[in-house]
Amino acid sequence: MSNDTAASALPAPAYNYHVVRQFSIMTIVWGVVGMAVGVLLAAQLMWPDLNDFWQPFSHFGRLRPLHTNAVIFAFGGCALFATSYFVVQRTCQAPLFGGFLVPFTFWGWQAVIVAAAITLPMGFTTSKEYAELEWPIDILITLVWVAYAIVFFGTIVKRRTQHIYVANWFFGAFIITVAVLHVVNSAAVPVHWLKSYSAYAGAADAMIQWWYGHNAVGFFLTAGFLGIMYYFVPKQAGRPVYSYQLSIVHFWALISVYVWAGAHHLHYSALPDWAQSLGMVMSLILLAPSWGGMINGMMTLSGAWHKLRTDPTLRFLVVSLSFYGMSTFEGPMMSIKTVNALSHNTDWTIGHVHAGALGWVAMISIGSIYHLLPVLTGQKAMWSVRLINAHFWLATVGTVLYIASMWVNGITQGLMWRAFNTDGTLTYSFVESVEASYPGYFVRFLGGAFFLSGMLLMAYNAYRTVNSKNAIEPEKAAQPQLA
Amino acid sequence: MDINTLRSISPILVLLAFIGVCWWAFSPKRRKRFDEAANLPFADENEKKDAQKTTSSEQERDKL
Repeated sequence: MSNDTAASALPAPAYNYHVVRQFSIMTIVWGVVGMAVGVLLAAQLMWPDLNDFWQPFSHFGRLRPLHTNAVIFAFGGCALFATSYFVVQRTCQAPLFGGFLVPFTFWGWQAVIVAAAITLPMGFTTSKEYAELEWPIDILITLVWVAYAIVFFGTIVKRRTQHIYVANWFFGAFIITVAVLHVVNSAAVPVHWLKSYSAYAGAADAMIQWWYGHNAVGFFLTAGFLGIMYYFVPKQAGRPVYSYQLSIVHFWALISVYVWAGAHHLHYSALPDWAQSLGMVMSLILLAPSWGGMINGMMTLSGAWHKLRTDPTLRFLVVSLSFYGMSTFEGPMMSIKTVNALSHNTDWTIGHVHAGALGWVAMISIGSIYHLLPVLTGQKAMWSVRLINAHFWLATVGTVLYIASMWVNGITQGLMWRAFNTDGTLTYSFVESVEASYPGYFVRFLGGAFFLSGMLLMAYNAYRTVNSKNAIEPEKAAQPQLA
Repeated sequence: MDINTLRSISPILVLLAFIGVCWWAFSPKRRKRFDEAANLPFADENEKKDAQKTTSSEQERDKL
């Protein structure tokens, strides 16, 4: 480690851009696949006959976990690998540590995704939400994750800058916490190769599952993507983060509060009442660090707002922060037990998840990949900036259609389910609430199709950028530091 | 100490930890080092000339 000040430029190391490029391209590929399955599922809810085109593999119940795993772990996971490997090298001014472990994380992670895409439609599942994969795949995930941790933290140890940039703190917390969550929640007793039973039972099993499930949101889909935010928003805006001090408070507050909030998934269940209330209170407190980070990212643009007019990549990054702020307000509200009594098990929950998943996670990933691809291929910009702009509007309109239709559906369902006649009987049968949901299902399908068509534009734009005659190999792009 | 005493004072301990983090982050003494850290995303941009000096053996090593 050098004694020079952090801000001074040291002789440049040759960064490993090869793996960053591999993960960036797979982010787009898996994004298209995962979202296409999502649009198919939306269509199945509108036109149930679509369940039958290849039974039993095409059934909603088997494709739904394929969709969630593909968008969270394949699309989101590849985006996190790509950006964390890029950011840790650039801000530590050191090439990736770990030798063969680096390509192992890429090929191992792709193997996990392919294994999921085969076993889930075949019906092999632990039935734990977002942890459906059976135990041999869980072991492969663990091996890849340990290799990831060695590469990431090894690079930080090798750094030639004095400080560890805040984005790396968020990436580091994400890697450590996801390792703990995955190992604890996936503990199971195998019966044979593709069947196992959870190591826990009853309400304890449910609590561990949602401690995992909520922190998959908190650390996989939030802390990791905040790491992306803290590098790519300042970089694209061309100015340092609004307040580095606030980012430190943001980091410690977020990671210490998030782990307590999982119980709000189990309101009015067999979970002890005090644990439900604790989950609710912690979820409400979580609003403060979430908005602290959101404001920090937004204010980074103060004095540079005009750049939004000409730079659709920056627009993706900033609008993702608006959706982050919106869904981190909505989440604590929905965790209030009286609100949850209305929203639980309705489409409102699906709308909330997609406000975060499409609006925040996907948009910030898309923005960072649009930033990365030109850098990785040694070019000034993507092949077409106009296509980025078209993608931006398709993604924004698609997200708004999706979440607005699910709000309407959710509140409709919640109110119909709780309506009683004066003699104590239910006013509506369940199927009447399904019928009332059809218009919303159609608008949701439209919104998903908008979002997917934007991803197809991105795939074409990326193909033209990477295969452009001006593109250079990642090994060469890693030399002179553009951007 | 009874475990329940620890449970009862835990919110106060967390509050103190939070105040500690705020004090550490916002104390003017550390202003300069945080300004340096905030500029890390831009720190490796001014090295185009140095970069070209990197030897080919280093490129080979880092290809993986």
